[in-house]
Amino acid sequence: MPALIEIERLTRRFGAFTAVDDVSFNVAKGEVLGFLGPNGAGKSTTMKMLAGFVTPTFGTARIAGFDIATHPVEAKRAMGFLPEGAPTYPEMTVTDFLAFCGRIRGFSGRLLDEKLAIAMGQTQLEGVRLQPIETLSKGFKRRVGLAQALLHDPPVLVLDEPTDGLDPNQKHEVRDLIQRMAPDKAIIISTHILEEVAAVCTRAIIIARGKILADSPPAALIRPGQTLDQVFRELTLAPREAA
Amino acid sequence: MSPTLIVARRELAGYFATPVAYVFIVIFLVLSGALTFTLGGFFARGQADLSPFFNFIPWLFLFLVPALTMRLWAEERRLGTIELLLTLPITQWQAVVGKFLAAWAFCAVALALTFPLWVTINLLGNPDNGVVLAGYAGCLMIAGSYLAIGAALSAATKNQVIAFVLAVAVCFVFAAAGSPIVTDFLSQRVPLMAEIARGLSLTERFNGFARGIIALRDIVYFASFILFFLFLNAVVLDHRKAD
Ligand SMILES: Nc1ncnc2c1ncn2[C@@H]1O[C@H](COP(=O)(O)OP(=O)(O)O)[C@@H](O)[C@H]1O
Ligand SMILES: [Mg+2]
Repeated sequence: MPALIEIERLTRRFGAFTAVDDVSFNVAKGEVLGFLGPNGAGKSTTMKMLAGFVTPTFGTARIAGFDIATHPVEAKRAMGFLPEGAPTYPEMTVTDFLAFCGRIRGFSGRLLDEKLAIAMGQTQLEGVRLQPIETLSKGFKRRVGLAQALLHDPPVLVLDEPTDGLDPNQKHEVRDLIQRMAPDKAIIISTHILEEVAAVCTRAIIIARGKILADSPPAALIRPGQTLDQVFRELTLAPREAA
Repeated sequence: MSPTLIVARRELAGYFATPVAYVFIVIFLVLSGALTFTLGGFFARGQADLSPFFNFIPWLFLFLVPALTMRLWAEERRLGTIELLLTLPITQWQAVVGKFLAAWAFCAVALALTFPLWVTINLLGNPDNGVVLAGYAGCLMIAGSYLAIGAALSAATKNQVIAFVLAVAVCFVFAAAGSPIVTDFLSQRVPLMAEIARGLSLTERFNGFARGIIALRDIVYFASFILFFLFLNAVVLDHRKAD
């Protein structure tokens, strides 16, 4: 069986600037890939290309076997995407917003209610079901975005900084949730937090200035006596000094 | 329900969740009423019809409709929800049409709320209600045409003021093309251009509706006009969505 996420030579330029430079990798079912890198490394741009929002300048990707360029709707159906900053419609209530996403994904009636209940349960949103999203705290808003991505139980999850803005307890909950879902999905999460990679990821890719610098299990990145933090700094700063 | 209608439904509910809808409707009713009764000489004419009202519609919508469309895509960009909407499993065309249909339905609601005028003429005399209905259909055609122009321009620029000004200007060109000032001027110099201007004019065709004449070629013209600008909207959106 081919990997659920296949990325082939994905490249994106903005004018003369190359944000993502010839990135290729696969993510198989059961893998949780930590996408690590400093700000501006190209993590979000890569994820936006996977989700079909940014058009690649070059290269392509397949989600569950569907090419994002030739079969965008099928690819999107197989994916749950949490965009950077977890955007939502502020005037809608949590339930209305999730119901909208669910209807678009083809659910209605009892099945829709069930899906909503499961997603809100997974992200602990039951208490704020009927509140307009604009009245919620940052942590709740992020979880609404997460619930939207999980709603249809997709085989592929692409989560851009899913724990940003959550308090330590909520971070822990989200990591637990990701681990629980991991066995039958292919998941990519981007993060700044290194301990998060060690905690939930089966594999880490370090990206800087659009290029992949390292791709290995988190444990393999840590040499004796080094923290992941130091490795990260070493890998991301080295090319800049050379330039 | 089709994805297009699900998008339209959410969008329409969004209008009424903010003051935008109420401000728009109140201003439209006040202005259309005031113009009809003062400049239009509604009572002085001594005729039970709505032509004083219909005469002002293309000019009133010229400013009100762009005010409605200027935020259509700009707001999605500002909130980041454009990234969510366009990564749901729908085509961009469905998103474009859904948003357009919601705005159009909203204009239909605003027009329907002018029913006291219709009640008045029926109390005062014996109007030809077929003509009145045709006039309202014409108002919808004008609204749809302006909406399609405004929506396409709102996809082209992030700046709402620019979107508004450009939309008013473009709508004005198509509204004024058939007016006597323009066609007289042209027919004295370049008669062919006068014919083209009259052919492109929205008001010229609208006047037919307002007189109670619904011609197939006018319907075809409005439909192609709207479809053309919606198509332009989809193309521009695809190009500029991630900028
Ligand atoms: N629409 C855009 N236009 C121009 N430059 C962009 C655009 N989007 C992203 N970039 C640039 O691409 C680089 C990578 O950005 P991004 O993928 O958001 O990084 P990350 O998510 O890793 O912090 C940054 O330098 C950013 O300024
Ligand atoms: Mg980012």
